[in-house]
Amino acid sequence: MIPELGHFALVVALLLALTQGILPLIGAHRGNATLMGVARPAAQGQFVFVAFAFGCLAWSFLNNDFSVENVARNSFSQLPEIYRFTATWGSHEGSLLLWTLILSFWTVAVTVFSRHLPEDMASRVIGVMGLISVGFLAFMLATSNPFLRLIPMPPDGSDLNPLLQDMGMVIHPPMLYMGYVGFSVAFAFAIAALLSGKLDVAWARWSRPWTTVAWMFLTMGTALGSWWAYYELGWGGWWFWDPTENASFMPWLAGTALIHSLAVTEKRGAFKSWTVLLAITAFSLSLLGTFLVRSGVLSSVHAFATDPGRGVFILSFLGVVIGGSLALYAWRAPRLMTGGAFSWFSREALLLGNNVLLLAALGSVLLGTLYPLFMDALGLGKISVGPPYFNAVFIPLISPVLFLTGIGPLARWKQASLPDMVSRLKWAFAVALIVAVILPFTTGGMNLMATLGLFLALWILFTILIGFAERLKNVQGSLMQKLSSLPRGYWGMQIAHAGLAVGVIGATVVSNFQSERDVRMNVGDHVELAGYRFTFQGVKEVPGPNYVAGRGTVEVEKSGSKFVLHPEKRIYNASGMPMTEAGIDYGIFRDVYVSLGEQLENGAWTVKVYHKPFVDWLWGGAFLLALGGALAASDRRYRIALRKAEKATDKLAAKGATA
Amino acid sequence: MKARHKKLMLIGIALAGIGIIAALVLNAFQSNLVFFFSPTQVAQGEAPTGRAFRIGGLVEAGSVKRQPDGINVKFVVTDTAKSIPVVYQGILPDLFKEGKGVVAEGKLGSDGLFTASQVLAKHDENYMPPEAAHALEQAQKAQETIVK
Amino acid sequence: MKRWIPLILFAVLAGFLYVGLYLNPREVPSPFIGKPAPKFVLPVIGQPGTTFSPEQAKGKVWLLNIWAPWCVSCRAEHPFLMQLAQSGISIYGLNWKDKDREAEALLNQKGSPYIVTVDDLDGRVGIDFGVTGTPETFVIDQAGIIRMKHIGPIDEAVWKKKFEPLLDKLEKTT
Repeated sequence: MIPELGHFALVVALLLALTQGILPLIGAHRGNATLMGVARPAAQGQFVFVAFAFGCLAWSFLNNDFSVENVARNSFSQLPEIYRFTATWGSHEGSLLLWTLILSFWTVAVTVFSRHLPEDMASRVIGVMGLISVGFLAFMLATSNPFLRLIPMPPDGSDLNPLLQDMGMVIHPPMLYMGYVGFSVAFAFAIAALLSGKLDVAWARWSRPWTTVAWMFLTMGTALGSWWAYYELGWGGWWFWDPTENASFMPWLAGTALIHSLAVTEKRGAFKSWTVLLAITAFSLSLLGTFLVRSGVLSSVHAFATDPGRGVFILSFLGVVIGGSLALYAWRAPRLMTGGAFSWFSREALLLGNNVLLLAALGSVLLGTLYPLFMDALGLGKISVGPPYFNAVFIPLISPVLFLTGIGPLARWKQASLPDMVSRLKWAFAVALIVAVILPFTTGGMNLMATLGLFLALWILFTILIGFAERLKNVQGSLMQKLSSLPRGYWGMQIAHAGLAVGVIGATVVSNFQSERDVRMNVGDHVELAGYRFTFQGVKEVPGPNYVAGRGTVEVEKSGSKFVLHPEKRIYNASGMPMTEAGIDYGIFRDVYVSLGEQLENGAWTVKVYHKPFVDWLWGGAFLLALGGALAASDRRYRIALRKAEKATDKLAAKGATA
Repeated sequence: MKARHKKLMLIGIALAGIGIIAALVLNAFQSNLVFFFSPTQVAQGEAPTGRAFRIGGLVEAGSVKRQPDGINVKFVVTDTAKSIPVVYQGILPDLFKEGKGVVAEGKLGSDGLFTASQVLAKHDENYMPPEAAHALEQAQKAQETIVK
Repeated sequence: MKRWIPLILFAVLAGFLYVGLYLNPREVPSPFIGKPAPKFVLPVIGQPGTTFSPEQAKGKVWLLNIWAPWCVSCRAEHPFLMQLAQSGISIYGLNWKDKDREAEALLNQKGSPYIVTVDDLDGRVGIDFGVTGTPETFVIDQAGIIRMKHIGPIDEAVWKKKFEPLLDKLEKTT
């Protein structure tokens, strides 16, 4: 009964989404307040029904209702309760439902925080989001119904993919989707602006916090995915340039460009049509990412069920949404007035440079991801594009972006002076360069890649300090007072940039100075790596809730201090699938990482041991990026804009009442 | 005059930028594309020696032999028509199994031995890597022409 | 003009994605379609001393179903094959690489949809047919020509869509 209610709720949600997607847009076009008034209640109603459907599915999972096909295929009676809940979005169907739930959640957020917007703008934004929701609900009901019954009912489920039975994987998809779907708000604002022809500074100010919050979630989602791959796949890598990873990285790059371009549009009124195009691009890439992962067009290490029938549906949907919005753009863009002239050396120009380079990097990732598909489609043979390609193209393109990150925040709008900039930054440049050249010599000599990475990171950090010093030079009071006088937007930017530097340090050091060994170990054997002594004390069989683990014990010792790691090799009961669970000792300056290979005779095993210096800085950097995003999005000026608008409408209402 | 100058300069910079990016991409493609060959193609001498490529097919049943150190592994990849011996140093992925699909990346020696630097198996029991499926299909086609 | 560039780029991309959708690695087109079925002579399971070769089925349209006792999808399609057999479709089985010798017991227990099922222990005939996995089903016409190959289990929907139209056509030609 419960699954049928969920199914029914989805149908109602689809009807509400249709209402929300059609009536308010007509209303906004005709200036009809009644039709526009439909937008908010329809969106909120849709959210209630989608949330109810999600609750029904979660209930079916928690209660082991194996008569539901989705549950039978992705759950198991022995599965721990927490994973039974999270299995709700572990399947293709369930993750679509989560996508839709998050989309309607964002829409409700827009209905709540859009009171200060002109009524036609708000109606258009909510309407566009309703249309996107129609697409996803129709897709689900037509090809991927999560509530399909399975007759006869199997006695037990076939278990959730063991890779997904992990806390990191539990939080990763919701975060990622919050980001993907969050860009739909920026997208809807852009489409609304194109429809109305009103694309002004106020528009940029409204879009900005939404975009920043979505970008913040996407940053965390991508970082979590990378961290998960690091500890769960058991080979110690943190980024594989795998199509699935690229699928979340490309919208992130577009979103990063969008945030910076929005800043110019808000502050200077320039780059309008470019900003609109970026907003469309960021969301289009989110949809494309969903398509690539869901349709099986690309092969990837993380395999999801593939089905060309679904692929055709998503591709048509992509065609309508992306093709339609780009056509609208081509038709309406000439109306957008570009304002604010600027010189070739100014903050605008530097941000434009940053945008162009980010998009070039994005293009190179897109090309590398899709190139095997192009070759195959043209019958030119099967090839694969691996990490060497991405590293060879991405690093040269992103390095100047990092260099510009140091200069941009210090340059004046409209017209900056190059000689002035040189004199302000020459010391930062010199010190960063010298340190970056010398540091690699302390661990094994010249290393150009390490020098490049360290230089860029130090350069960013030094310029941040200079930025603070210059901002505070003329402010009175104690240091704390001075610092608290700075707006949150400024803090957000600087913390995010510092996060970038921290992440670059992590990536540089771990790529250039990590060490690893694959060895055969008998019980009692030991191996040395990077000053650590690993002693293998054997593997014992330990039963888990829904698996049997071979649990290894490895004692690690360095200059007197000792700790013990427990890498595992699990065999899952339902699927018989083996899984490696790494044993990791985390540390600020290094991780020690051990994973089990295969069992050999007499209790001996093959064992992989790694020393990974600074690897956690990668995710620390991502955390700072996200923190910066959160601060920037909560800047006072957005809240003031909100309050002012509320007062204005209150006054109007009061006037109306007295008149 | 000045405005036109600026425009020309911008166009020049843009063109130079596109040129650099195109050069980067082409160069990277040139040296980093990994082509895929089936065991039959390798046996017929179509694959290059001294350059990395991928080979795919099934791990021949009973062919996996471990050296006493447990780290060096030898196995045979087959597309049911031809077989290629492969050596690999390192720990094999969880889903590597005899009789299952596999893709190995590495170089072919002059002795016909394929030295793998990387062995990939999919994270799905029922799934065959597309490259491996492709190799099997090619081998069937080849056998078919022989039969004719 | 330049404002149309994004749309044009996307159109090209969408074209490739569409083509890519149909490059599904699982649906490998068999090179054997339109060719005579490979010859073989194999022992029949459950009838020691008897053998079967495709020659014996000449003159009628028949299905060759490649299956194995260890294959889960084959069990899934088994009830539907039983239905087909009852409605008069000629199905021959090829028991592929059944190293544990379980086929006979299984067929006795669950019923056999096959007119006969032959024993391809070392999988050699399967390779001749280009089998990549089980189950796979070939449609072979009166002259012994392979007309179609289906990978994966057969169910009602697949049967209606892929098999029935072809069988109708083939039956008419006689």
